[in-house]
Amino acid sequence: MNVATPPAALKASDFASDQEVRWCPGCGDYAILKAMQKALAEWGARPERTVFVSGIGCSSRFPYYMATYGFHTIHGRAPAIATGVKLANPELDVWVVTGDGDGLSIGGNHMLHVLRRNVDLQVLLFNNEIYGLTKGQYSPTSRVGTRSPSSPQGSVEQPVSPVQFALGAGARFVARAIDTQQKHLISVLKSARSHRGAAFVEIFQNCIVYNDDVFGAFTGRDEAPRRQLFCEDGKPLLFDGGRKGLRLNVPRLSLEAVTLGEDGVGDGDILVHDARNKTLASLLAAMQPPVMPVALGVLYDDPAPTFGRGVDAAAREPARAEALNEMLRRGDTWTVTAASEIA
Amino acid sequence: MNTFTTQTAKPPEQVIGRTQLESVVVRFAGDSGDGIQVLGAKFAAATALSGNDLATFPDFPAEIRAPAGTTYGVSAFQINFGGRVIRTPGDAPDVLVAMNPAALKVELPALRSGGLLVIDTGSFSERTLRKAGYAGNPLADGSLEGYRRIEIDVSAMTLGAVKSFGLSQKDALRCKNMWTLGLVYWMYDREREATAAWLRQRFAKQPNVAEANVAAMNAGHAYGETAELSGDLVGCILPPAPIAPGLYRTVTGSEALAWGLMAGAHLAGLRLFFSSYPITPASPILHILTANREAGVETLQAEDEIAAVCAAIGGSYSGAIGVTSSSGPGIALKAEAIGLAVAAELPLVVVDTQRAGPSTGMPTKTEQSDLNLALFGRHGESPVAVLAARSPSDCFDVAVEAIRLATRYMTPVMVLSDGYIANAAQPWNIPDVSEMASFPVRFAEAGRGGDDFLPYRRDPETGARPWAPPGKAGLEHRIGGIEKGADFGHISYDPANHQRMVDERASKIAGIARDIPPQRPELGDEHGALAVVGWGSTYGPINRAVYVSRERGLDVAHIHLRHLNPFPANLGRLLAGYGRVLVAEMNSGQLVGLLRSRYLLPVEGLSKVTGQPFKIEEVQRAILERLELSA
Repeated sequence: MNVATPPAALKASDFASDQEVRWCPGCGDYAILKAMQKALAEWGARPERTVFVSGIGCSSRFPYYMATYGFHTIHGRAPAIATGVKLANPELDVWVVTGDGDGLSIGGNHMLHVLRRNVDLQVLLFNNEIYGLTKGQYSPTSRVGTRSPSSPQGSVEQPVSPVQFALGAGARFVARAIDTQQKHLISVLKSARSHRGAAFVEIFQNCIVYNDDVFGAFTGRDEAPRRQLFCEDGKPLLFDGGRKGLRLNVPRLSLEAVTLGEDGVGDGDILVHDARNKTLASLLAAMQPPVMPVALGVLYDDPAPTFGRGVDAAAREPARAEALNEMLRRGDTWTVTAASEIA
Repeated sequence: MNTFTTQTAKPPEQVIGRTQLESVVVRFAGDSGDGIQVLGAKFAAATALSGNDLATFPDFPAEIRAPAGTTYGVSAFQINFGGRVIRTPGDAPDVLVAMNPAALKVELPALRSGGLLVIDTGSFSERTLRKAGYAGNPLADGSLEGYRRIEIDVSAMTLGAVKSFGLSQKDALRCKNMWTLGLVYWMYDREREATAAWLRQRFAKQPNVAEANVAAMNAGHAYGETAELSGDLVGCILPPAPIAPGLYRTVTGSEALAWGLMAGAHLAGLRLFFSSYPITPASPILHILTANREAGVETLQAEDEIAAVCAAIGGSYSGAIGVTSSSGPGIALKAEAIGLAVAAELPLVVVDTQRAGPSTGMPTKTEQSDLNLALFGRHGESPVAVLAARSPSDCFDVAVEAIRLATRYMTPVMVLSDGYIANAAQPWNIPDVSEMASFPVRFAEAGRGGDDFLPYRRDPETGARPWAPPGKAGLEHRIGGIEKGADFGHISYDPANHQRMVDERASKIAGIARDIPPQRPELGDEHGALAVVGWGSTYGPINRAVYVSRERGLDVAHIHLRHLNPFPANLGRLLAGYGRVLVAEMNSGQLVGLLRSRYLLPVEGLSKVTGQPFKIEEVQRAILERLELSA
């Protein structure tokens, strides 16, 4: 009798390839890599079913360090390639790894379409607000005034917000995490993976060489509690150790940070997070320090039909000769017989 | 499905009152809204059913709905048919059917002198004449002398024929094309049943529209039969052409290409993943494949040309055969991604339905000016295989061959078609797919453990690396566009390794020459005074011109290339055997330059870049000039 042997449980280290990791010492990418390997191990993912597809940039070296299938492609195109990978084999667990330049500048169009089509894959956008691999030019997420080799007087362009872009593109899962917060990052990665459809995760990733401490205003040891708000579905939107929370200012149709117990603010005034509420997700995504905290965690999670699921199962199998012969003979045909056969 | 039986070489029947012809060229022309393309396609189908060989050339404007009655809104359809082998839609039409003054104005110059004009006089008014740019009335001012003329008020005849069906005046006039078709059916002794069946199917939900159209067709036919004509309208008969026995249908290049991709995927044992972005004249391939999704096909209308090729590459990575398709502007956008497929060594088929360039150029007009783009249009040393289809039906075989090469050599393959081939139709001996030679793909087998698998260890015979789509344990590996170390495929900046990988990718493609048939002349001997060389859709006019020249005793051969990279191994030796070599191509001399540099032969060019295919007569004249100069 044959007994199926369940695959051995894998450890995080089983998801690490034999390649030496070559990011700069202290780069936030190390922490994300570690979190990813742990998340997959905890999930019980199979390396042979897991594919990482990346574009170009520091973050896009990611696939080389994972002991899964990996495809390091060309600048900006990972979402398009991953769409083909997933459509041709829907059984695969597909992850797109990209950065702010790769995913929102040269590849912005593909990002828009992979999200609105709702291809069942995860997009991890490592946002360090700078072009690292090309030595430090300002990026589409750089704040106004960013000094860089290509903006010596400070950049003048308005930055794009990755999570607001994703919501605008029609993404049905939008989340945010910080590279160094391992536990939280792992839980966000797992939520993204369990979401059916395109899941978009912005990860604040510190570039120690070209843009060090750019997120210091909300990641610094002193600022973190006051400036970070972790969204949890069904839980009140509280931060600063539960001392503060978010209240809806109805006349202004906006969120405001309030302190519990001050000015008559009670528990009942604090908004409860509803991950299916896109309007709330948009308001959370728009919050910026120092006036407001930064919203982290799953901002929005409202599944919808995914792309490619409606395809006939027959399309998943190679065509049969009979089906092709039948197709070629559809419509008007005529038979030519040799003259000798008539006589 | 309608099936009909016909036969070849039927003894010529003597039909009282009908003139026997070997071949005829008819051109239908009218307003974009006159249904000219439908008229032409139906006439082609009926002509094929009658056993004639044929070639068609739909020639329509870029405007979707050009203002009625304008010269730039004229849509035309040319068909050459007869009792001999037909290679082209013909040079000058013998018959011009003009449905309005603009059509007459635009198309008359092409009509051969003494040719027959069939004119719908009902469409001639002061207003329509002015719109067409006529100062006077050509029907009255003698400018049509030198042509035989049949003037019929088709509009009035059609309105009369469909009166009982209760259509609006506008809908009734839409039946004009069917009245005209009926008349032309009578002229060439064609059967009407297939068209009637098609009309009833086409307008199944509007039976009165269907019956009105059938009635209009029958009325046109009856007009031919009974009208007291002045002798100008003579019924003709064309004997069946010597066609090989088999089951036939008419096929356009787009259809044959799409079906060939499906057959190729089947023969490789793979699913077909097709991804493209809409562009003239390549879109029909997307439409046809999407309509056949049940047969192992997945299609994606991508957000842009780059995404289209990238998704196809992703499809190949996953173990399907990825195919993308476009025309020149789109192929230019795909260049970087094709380079990725070169470096990643993944199979990919890229179809270029060429159109007149540069830039937007003339989207609905044909050209062969993307040869250099196909061969060289990428950065770095990035050779790919390049194939060209010579005719609508040849698209099927070329698509199959492209998938064979792409999967056997793990490489992108460019397929060159063009706007002419894509839209033109010809009879096609339908193959039995179950009898075609298969070339099943063997994916990499699982080894002992993760890093033992060598994704860049080459097959000693083909130079191809193993194909290991995700899903198999033990074969997990990482690939990408960064240069890879031989065998392992890890990132490598080692100088000697880069040289080796560049050389190996080049010799892999060059080695395809051992896997393709040697080049043979289509017509003529393997040496002689002159060889006319072509590739792609120039096949028809070159072949006919060489055939006619040889009939006249000229020492000329026709060589036609399917494989443009690599060339067949014997091509240089073969060309060296001719006194002169003339390359006829619809560009400014791209193949000429290639042959000169490759073989150091004094190859000459015959260029045409007008957006129109070569005429037989143009090639014939060039042959004559070369041979007289050599004499």
